[in-house]
Amino acid sequence: MIGRASEIGAIASREVKKWYRSPILLFMTTIQPLLWMSLYGKAFNLTGLFRIPEDILKQLPPESTARFAAIANEILSRFFGASDIDFFSYIAVGMMGVILLFTSMSSGMSVAWDRRLGILNKLLVAPISRSSIILGKVISAIIRGVTQSLLVMLIGLALGMRLRVSGPVEFLIAVLSLALLGASLSSLIISVTIRLKSWEHHIAVSNLLNLPLMFTSSALYPVALMPEWLRTIAAINPLTHGIEVLREVLLLGTPFNSQTMLWHLSILIIFTSAATFLGIYLANVALRKM
Amino acid sequence: MNAIEAHGLRKVFGEIVAVDNISFAVEKGEIFGFLGPNGAGKTTTINMLTTLLKPTAGSARVWGYDIVDEPERVREVIGLAPQELTVDDELTGYENMMLHAALYHVPKEEARVRVKEILEFLELERFANKKVESYSGGMKKRLEIGCALIHEPKVLFLDEPTLGLDVQTRAAIWNYIRSLVREKGVTIFMTTHYMDEADNLCNRVAIIDYGRVKAIDTPSRLKSTIGGDLIELEVSEINGLTSEKLRTLPGVIDVVLDGERALVKVVRGEEVLPSVISILIRDGVSVRRVEMKKPSLEEVFLSLTGRKLRDENGAREEIARRSIAIRRARS
Repeated sequence: MIGRASEIGAIASREVKKWYRSPILLFMTTIQPLLWMSLYGKAFNLTGLFRIPEDILKQLPPESTARFAAIANEILSRFFGASDIDFFSYIAVGMMGVILLFTSMSSGMSVAWDRRLGILNKLLVAPISRSSIILGKVISAIIRGVTQSLLVMLIGLALGMRLRVSGPVEFLIAVLSLALLGASLSSLIISVTIRLKSWEHHIAVSNLLNLPLMFTSSALYPVALMPEWLRTIAAINPLTHGIEVLREVLLLGTPFNSQTMLWHLSILIIFTSAATFLGIYLANVALRKM
Repeated sequence: MNAIEAHGLRKVFGEIVAVDNISFAVEKGEIFGFLGPNGAGKTTTINMLTTLLKPTAGSARVWGYDIVDEPERVREVIGLAPQELTVDDELTGYENMMLHAALYHVPKEEARVRVKEILEFLELERFANKKVESYSGGMKKRLEIGCALIHEPKVLFLDEPTLGLDVQTRAAIWNYIRSLVREKGVTIFMTTHYMDEADNLCNRVAIIDYGRVKAIDTPSRLKSTIGGDLIELEVSEINGLTSEKLRTLPGVIDVVLDGERALVKVVRGEEVLPSVISILIRDGVSVRRVEMKKPSLEEVFLSLTGRKLRDENGAREEIARRSIAIRRARS
């Protein structure tokens, strides 16, 4: 058991060392979510549509503005969870989830690099469990992803993101859901890419997966706004559930015993376990080669 | 028990027979070399012996453990320095070694001691804390070998240990390999396509071509199969009587006179040459120049396979194709 832990630790720490020594890599994988949240989140102010501009407010009789405000608040609460939510904060939390997708993608890619450079063979001739190789990659994806996600949060706060957290337990739940997202997405990506032999294929696959996974999740807009068919896809996308947990505990100030939050968290946990076992199983088959 | 025993090993990739019914044994403490051109099946054999590939047929034992039934046991007793450089450029030499130590479950304290010792042995201690990207090719190769030594393996597999290195660096690597065997008692299985490397370094050599073993023996005995050494002399005139005396010397196979040139074909030229000279001097023949040509493994390869190791003509293209196909199937 200690042996397994040290194998996994060794493989993970190699990845993590390479990551924090390469500020370019850190910068490049952080910049994209930042662009999304600062451009899309600030410019396309979805929630702003429901604010009554001052000049209209002056022209209308108070009872009709009150009625409109009630309807607008009702709509905002239904789609965004609270009437006083701002779209930038909404998107920023979404991006905290999306960045785990991006960093997990590069972890999956590192398997292809290791294969191409012959490093994978070195790992395979060592007396270690095949699953340790995969778990090492998954752990490094979690460490990288969670750190970068919290970094995005800090930048978001500097840019005017508003958080409402009930307490430290809720914040820990946010970190937990980020870690689960990292584990599920990186396992999933390793499962898909483990048999690919060239990194060109990996780039093709990651381009194919990155945007669709982001757009079919609730990262950019509420699930409730989506048509029925897209809602079904969003429901099986782990990113949706991770991001929903984040929004509940970080934006809406939901306490840890809330039904909705626990529902999303449970699905995420089930999904993560399934994806991790699938990743380990497929990796064992693919790496055995015997 | 031998360090490695292979019986009828065979590996087929699709239509290509990469390794065809190979059998051999490597004794403990020897340097055993697989000599052959690219695409001959050398790396495929290493991959099977190091449990990376499952043989299509046949069996092999490394340090007594079956490569198919007990791969975990095999992995514990072997080290591999592959053809590609696999040390991590972005980590320091020390970190690379410690990574391998963790992969082989060497306890941290023990690992620190061993890493220091191995880095000193390979004369890399000054560069221990420098990133590997700043290393020269020879230093990277040494580190690669060092990483494969961290768990004190019984059998070390070296795939083309001096590929792409300059002459001095190659000689230095040979010295490290020799002292590994001498000081640490490691058994070495290596592949090479360099004649001089097989000749200088290996106790025994298997000549391999198109996946088959053509011959296995010590380099000197392999060379003696093609008819011994040639002593070439430039002399004043030799009469028939003197040449008859030379012919009856023990070790002399043939004497050919060609004007002022005498060609004496012998076995173990070093031992025969003094007697040849003294007979010539006693008979009043003045010797202007002596040259001794020893047959190289190149000629052995030629006589066994009918072509040169680095063939210039048509066979080359076919070998390249075969080599690419094997590499593709393997990865």
